[in-house]
Amino acid sequence: MAQAAHTLNPSKPLGHGHSVKRHTGLMDWITTVDHKKIAILYLIAGGLFFGIGGFEAILIRIQLIKPMNSFLDAQTFNELITMHGTTMIFLGVMPVIFALMNAVIPLQIGARDVAFPFLNALGFWTFLFGGILLNLSWVMGGAPDAGWTAYTPLSTSTYSTTHGVDFYTIGLQIAGLGTLIGGINFLATIITMRAPGMSFMRMPMFAWTTFITSAIILFAFPAITVGLVLLTFDRIIGANFFEVGAGGNPILWQHIFWIFGHPEVYILILPAFGIISEVIPTFARKRLFGYSSMVFATILIAFLGFMVWAHHMFTTGLGPVANALFSVSTMLIAVPTGIKIFNWLLTMWGGQVRFTTPNLFAVGFIPTFTMGGVTGVMLASAPADFQFHDTYFVVAHFHYVIVGGLVLGLFAGLHYWWPKMFGRMLSEKLGKWTFWTFILGFHLTFFVQHFLGLMGMQRRVFTYLPNQHFDVLNLVSTIGAFLMGVGMIIFLTNIFLTSRKPADAAADPWEDGRTLEWSIPSPPPEYNFKQTPLVRGIDAFWKEKTAGHTEMTPAEPVGSIHMPSATMLPFLMSVGIFIAGLGFMFSRDEFKSDFVGFMFNNYLVTAIGLLITFGSMLMRSLFDDQGWHIEPEELEGEQI
Amino acid sequence: MTTPHAEAANNTLPYEPEKATLEGRNKVLGFWLFLGGEAVLFGTLFATFLALRNQTNDGPTANELFHLPLVAAATFILLVSSLTSVFAIQAMHRNRPALLRNWLLVTVGLGLGFLILEIYEFSQYIRHEEFGMTTSAFSSAFYTLVGFHGAHVAFGILWIFVLILQMSRKGLTVVTAPKVYVSAIYWHFIDVVWVFIFTVVYLLGKVG
Repeated sequence: MAQAAHTLNPSKPLGHGHSVKRHTGLMDWITTVDHKKIAILYLIAGGLFFGIGGFEAILIRIQLIKPMNSFLDAQTFNELITMHGTTMIFLGVMPVIFALMNAVIPLQIGARDVAFPFLNALGFWTFLFGGILLNLSWVMGGAPDAGWTAYTPLSTSTYSTTHGVDFYTIGLQIAGLGTLIGGINFLATIITMRAPGMSFMRMPMFAWTTFITSAIILFAFPAITVGLVLLTFDRIIGANFFEVGAGGNPILWQHIFWIFGHPEVYILILPAFGIISEVIPTFARKRLFGYSSMVFATILIAFLGFMVWAHHMFTTGLGPVANALFSVSTMLIAVPTGIKIFNWLLTMWGGQVRFTTPNLFAVGFIPTFTMGGVTGVMLASAPADFQFHDTYFVVAHFHYVIVGGLVLGLFAGLHYWWPKMFGRMLSEKLGKWTFWTFILGFHLTFFVQHFLGLMGMQRRVFTYLPNQHFDVLNLVSTIGAFLMGVGMIIFLTNIFLTSRKPADAAADPWEDGRTLEWSIPSPPPEYNFKQTPLVRGIDAFWKEKTAGHTEMTPAEPVGSIHMPSATMLPFLMSVGIFIAGLGFMFSRDEFKSDFVGFMFNNYLVTAIGLLITFGSMLMRSLFDDQGWHIEPEELEGEQI
Repeated sequence: MTTPHAEAANNTLPYEPEKATLEGRNKVLGFWLFLGGEAVLFGTLFATFLALRNQTNDGPTANELFHLPLVAAATFILLVSSLTSVFAIQAMHRNRPALLRNWLLVTVGLGLGFLILEIYEFSQYIRHEEFGMTTSAFSSAFYTLVGFHGAHVAFGILWIFVLILQMSRKGLTVVTAPKVYVSAIYWHFIDVVWVFIFTVVYLLGKVG
């Protein structure tokens, strides 16, 4: 009875007086639930995988530098193109997107944290262990070699006999789980954690695109999870989803893959649209032109993004009616995208434009991305697509939208928010060198590929015969790839040199910051806002500045701040899934050691992994996180 | 053990305790979003099943295989368990933890009954009808769709059971109430999915 009364009193501040256990060093990073630290983890891991994917790209381009080259054999080449695509999309750029979302979104909406700090950490660790699992394939019997789309029947066990595709299916399921968790977290964060006064139509554009992107993640990722499960079942326990001989249907894989795969393209590009919509107004010293039409266009793109998947399948024989419908719906997407392009141009029109590094990337993004968009409309025309399909024209197109769109956007965002994340300004001089080498290298690499494709060079071929007019253009393309590599090295040098400088960035280092993240110190204290700010309009901080204020008006008195506790459990859960995945993958193998064979063949390894995961979930459920408090006296101690 | 009188006497638990704190509200919202993703997951499985339901590869067809009385019994049990979970949440809103616990126990029990019937059904197919995972594309799609649902039921049983244990230790508070509430939403969700399975897999299998 006494205990019941004790626990029932909600007015008792939870965890008051708890002494908080602070970890240091590596343990701090493994146990953190702070969105700003998770952002840095995402950036490091994503950067690492991006480096691996980039290195694979360089190897591919070296092989294609001249006709009949023997630098790589066909098998290695297939593994490299598969891993390049898979790594870049799932493990390279998406984590860097999540890094920026984590670093910026809570600050932009005036929140102290995300809605689910624990899940935030869990999302990161599952992504990381999924990525590690996928890349282990290089040293554990061969990487996947069926292309990043893993079309059946090529990817079934009949034609892909190594464990490569198993690493693909199971690695992506685990990494995809992390992405899904991240998406739910940002949806809930943006719905419930906005500061007083920040209505949806006062949110910064990056918050809007994060919101819509998260919604696409929520509705697209479960589809690929199912697809991967079906393929795993086909390969490991002999199911017949894609086995024609037993009644299965290989086209089913293409449908499931692209029902996810096309929205995935918008998952990638919408955050870049958001970043560009933050950078351009800041450096034009003008509010974003057509804010509400931008919001509308973002929602429309997300909606249409689910209606167009079969344009990847025009040549599979869906028939003229389906092809015509998917052609039209695809071309429709050009309308909201065009609205965005014109809005950015009109934001700069009449503004006091400063060409800082972030703005150079943003301005470089506009024409580059537009070119990718135009080839997209060309590909949307089903009769023309029969000519373009599976040629270098397609390769050029999607690199223009993903590299010329997303990666330039990420560079803009990283240079823009670097001082907020790390308290140090990146060197403008090196930043401009990064921009020029990268964008020139990019156009050199991929512009010529349009013509290679139109002249008939197939994608995914590991070599080609001389005297087909392919030789010079391929050489140019490879030179461009090296130039992009140089740009990346300059960027890394910039990061290294900057990390050795004192962390002295101002709260508003670009001086024209418009949104809430610039109203607090760089880097922000772990509780972000000492007092939750009151938002009085769009571009909340800019509005206060024009009213003559130097900081935001607080919406609450200074008080004790509740913080979530650091925990090891997300890390353990992900380790468990990782072990279970490996165990399942090798469950049908023969082993030299009897003991190891016994453990794998009886699914004991899988069971141990799942036990760790579910055990950790049980711990999480049984031992409630009381959190801890930062008291006002401690707040005063820090310079704010 | 807590007694219902202690809570009633204190009367400190707010109405709708699951939404009393920001954490609770976030949990409920986040769970609805998660169910949105789950809906896509089952939607994809249903689409796969519909595409492959006639690909029997000379194995048993749906019409030969299914015995509706058994499935109807399972359906009835699961639908009733949804009703009892509603009673549980009503007991929670009236701040009566003992009643809440009892209705949750009934829910878990019915869930277990459903699961036993399903396992029995599967074992019949495998042993007597030679209808396994690898028989045909239809069999793969059937076991994957219905099995995914079964796994969800099993997880729900374990989850709600853990919550019952937890409440016996900590009582009904603003921390435990949201957990009970979202587990009930989850239970309704797997119930709704079953209604679709009953229609699309079993009824359609009998007539089509």
